Amino acid sequence: MDILGSFSLLLAFLAAVYAIGAGIAGIVTRKTLLTKSARNAGMAVFVLVTLAVACLEYYFFTDNFSMAYVAAHSNRALPFYYKFAALWAGQEGSLLLWTWLLSTYAFFAIFINRNKHPELMPYVGVVLAGVQTFFLTLNNFVASPFAVLAGADPSGVMRVSALSDGHGLNPLLQYPEMVIHPPMLYLGYTGFTVPFAFALGALLGRYPGEKWIHITRRWTMIAWCFQGVGVLLGAHWAYAVLGWGGYWAWDPVENAALLPWITGTAFLHSVMMQEKRGMMKVWNVWLVFTTFMLCILGTMLTRSGIVSSVHAFAQSSIGNWFVGFLALIFIVCFVSYWKNRDYLRSDNQLDSLASRESSFLFNNLILLAACFAVLWGTLFPVLSEAVTGNKISVGPPFFNKVNIPIALFLLLLTGVGPLLAWRKTSFDALKRNFAWPLGGGVLAGVVALVFGFRDIYSLICLILGVFVTLTIFSEFFRGARVIAARDGSNLISAVGELTMRNTRRYGGYVVHFGMVLIFIGIAGVPFNKDIQKEMAIGQTLNIGPYSILCQNFDRITNGNYDSERATLEVFRNGKSQMMLYPERRFFLASQVTETMVAVQSSPLRDLYIVYAGRSPENGQPVIHAYLNPLVKWIWFGGIVVVLGTGLAMLPNRRAALVLRPVNEQAWGDRVQVSGSPIAAIARRGDTSD
Amino acid sequence: MKVRSKFLVGSGIIVITLVSLAYVGFTQSKTYYHTITELSTLNGVSLHQRMRVSGNVKNGTISHVPGGVDFVLTEQGRDLRVSYVGRDPLPDTFKDGAQALVEGKMMSDNRFEAEQVQAKCASKYEAAPAQTPGTPQPGQTSKGPDPARPPGS
Repeated sequence: MDILGSFSLLLAFLAAVYAIGAGIAGIVTRKTLLTKSARNAGMAVFVLVTLAVACLEYYFFTDNFSMAYVAAHSNRALPFYYKFAALWAGQEGSLLLWTWLLSTYAFFAIFINRNKHPELMPYVGVVLAGVQTFFLTLNNFVASPFAVLAGADPSGVMRVSALSDGHGLNPLLQYPEMVIHPPMLYLGYTGFTVPFAFALGALLGRYPGEKWIHITRRWTMIAWCFQGVGVLLGAHWAYAVLGWGGYWAWDPVENAALLPWITGTAFLHSVMMQEKRGMMKVWNVWLVFTTFMLCILGTMLTRSGIVSSVHAFAQSSIGNWFVGFLALIFIVCFVSYWKNRDYLRSDNQLDSLASRESSFLFNNLILLAACFAVLWGTLFPVLSEAVTGNKISVGPPFFNKVNIPIALFLLLLTGVGPLLAWRKTSFDALKRNFAWPLGGGVLAGVVALVFGFRDIYSLICLILGVFVTLTIFSEFFRGARVIAARDGSNLISAVGELTMRNTRRYGGYVVHFGMVLIFIGIAGVPFNKDIQKEMAIGQTLNIGPYSILCQNFDRITNGNYDSERATLEVFRNGKSQMMLYPERRFFLASQVTETMVAVQSSPLRDLYIVYAGRSPENGQPVIHAYLNPLVKWIWFGGIVVVLGTGLAMLPNRRAALVLRPVNEQAWGDRVQVSGSPIAAIARRGDTSD
Repeated sequence: MKVRSKFLVGSGIIVITLVSLAYVGFTQSKTYYHTITELSTLNGVSLHQRMRVSGNVKNGTISHVPGGVDFVLTEQGRDLRVSYVGRDPLPDTFKDGAQALVEGKMMSDNRFEAEQVQAKCASKYEAAPAQTPGTPQPGQTSKGPDPARPPGS
């Protein structure tokens, strides 16, 4: 049993290598049998990696402490859900999780398209197998999760040894989000491999048209959504566990996860240019390539400690493997592009600045600028050391200075872009569409000013947020009114009908609305307050409308940790509101101190209280209280974004009704029928978005 | 072509604005990393920039004084006197022999005034055979997020 895991992982590696070899041979010789065999090998990788993952989980659940990885990240007393999640608590397991999620995507991408696109799929299979081969190389030969503990017995023979109990899971990781955050983020990182494989495959095979974009649209949205959820969950985790009152610090690891999300967002928008107008083909291909490379870079930054090495106190050689892989990807992408660049010629030109195209161009320009700035700031310590010999890091002011204006401009485009027509928008149409949303936004701004709202960025964010929300609602309203008038239904059900007729457009609006909520939440930051005070029993601390009375300090000791705890009573307007219990826990096994934050969260504000430790001067307990407005809007906005993304992935209702006799053909491969009248109907829902 | 040039002008304005913003943000927040050995070779402007220095806390040098904590950082036989003037409590891992990273400025009397101190207990890492690189290293910072974040976060 103990070798089953490592054996299946090795077989998976061989299957992936075979899938590359047989796949290329199949493409060159045009032998169907070879192609099919490569495809099956590609799918077998998933089965084998799944078996390896199941083995590792089995070792965790059976407390097999002869496994080095299990011994290092688990112990007998660990709750079962953390035993489950301990799979990705360290380097080797995280990389195995990466490989497994990638192989899952690859399996479904190949399986769903097994009888379609015979000219394209062999290329896709080779690219997918290539990426998997790299990660399986790491899993097998560089960072194997199946290393066993061994020691020499008295006669000098090496024997497998086992610990009586494991070292346990790092207390920082013992938080519910540990169970879902890493898989979510990795589902994002790995998911972009699918559109990458289709794009590169289409380019290599000179596959006609925009088919690869149609095929990968939902895949891209899934990956994008997971990446976004992963980033938000990470922010929430940091907020709830690290006890510094914030959720984002432009830390290299955070930035690494944000980068592919930014380029993925740019890609989701610019593919529409290619679908509707046949423009931006080179740009789109490179956006996918870049997104994928940023995913690999992000994994590298997370796993190797290259950038935060000053903090990490540990180095890993694994970074070199990733650098090599990145270089290889770049060369492959560039050569494929250069040899096939004539295939990517644009069909159309930009007609007007006041057009949907131009709003997409600005959207992409500015997203790429944000991506570049974040990347530059993240890698600056490495770059500056390589160039000047001085290691220089840049802090949050750099990131904020650049990204806040970018974010606000994006918010403006979110409102403006969707209402501009393709090709050219007349001045009258602009006036008709924007007059009252803009008026509403400005009105909200004036009201806020009157109420003493002075932070300029937050004020702009509020105005734009109201403006975008009103444009979105007016879009729903106008469409629903037409349907309601014709069908005689009420407005609410008409909104549902409208959304289902063009899920992509109206789902997109819901996503935009979710982003507005997130922006509003972030705009609360300038109004954050915090106060730190040494507190004795009976003393009070005032923050915002609250006064906090210190009632007691006590110590709790159990086998796992020693804890110092404060008992605080929160008053508002003289009335007792609640009790809060911030703690500091000292974990005995790992000798680590951890802060347990006490948070009282409401839509308007979070009261966030940290037991910060004892004063260096006199040993008095120190309480740090934060008042963070609107933080909840960020998490809620994230949920709305996920719902909107889900909506946008549903098929359109109307097209299915109209096309019942031929709907299978139309849905299976919409482009094949393009040009026929049926296709014109099928695409009618889309052309208006 | 006219539309194209309009677009290019618009893009140019955006890019120039962003680059100047980036430059301002960069000069405000750049922080140099130096070793204690390097500090003695610095002079003039470069000595008074904002920087981060790491080293081990010299045994028996931690003393609580009004307004903060004084201690000595040592690395490869060279010492640096540090005064911590930040208002946050020092991390619990800050003690004799701990590895520490201080951020602040050199003062004219060859004393380093630190606004932030991060520390990790060195012995912890020797005692943990299974620590793998990239694994979150349990560490404490006196301010700001823990730089060693959970995996994938």
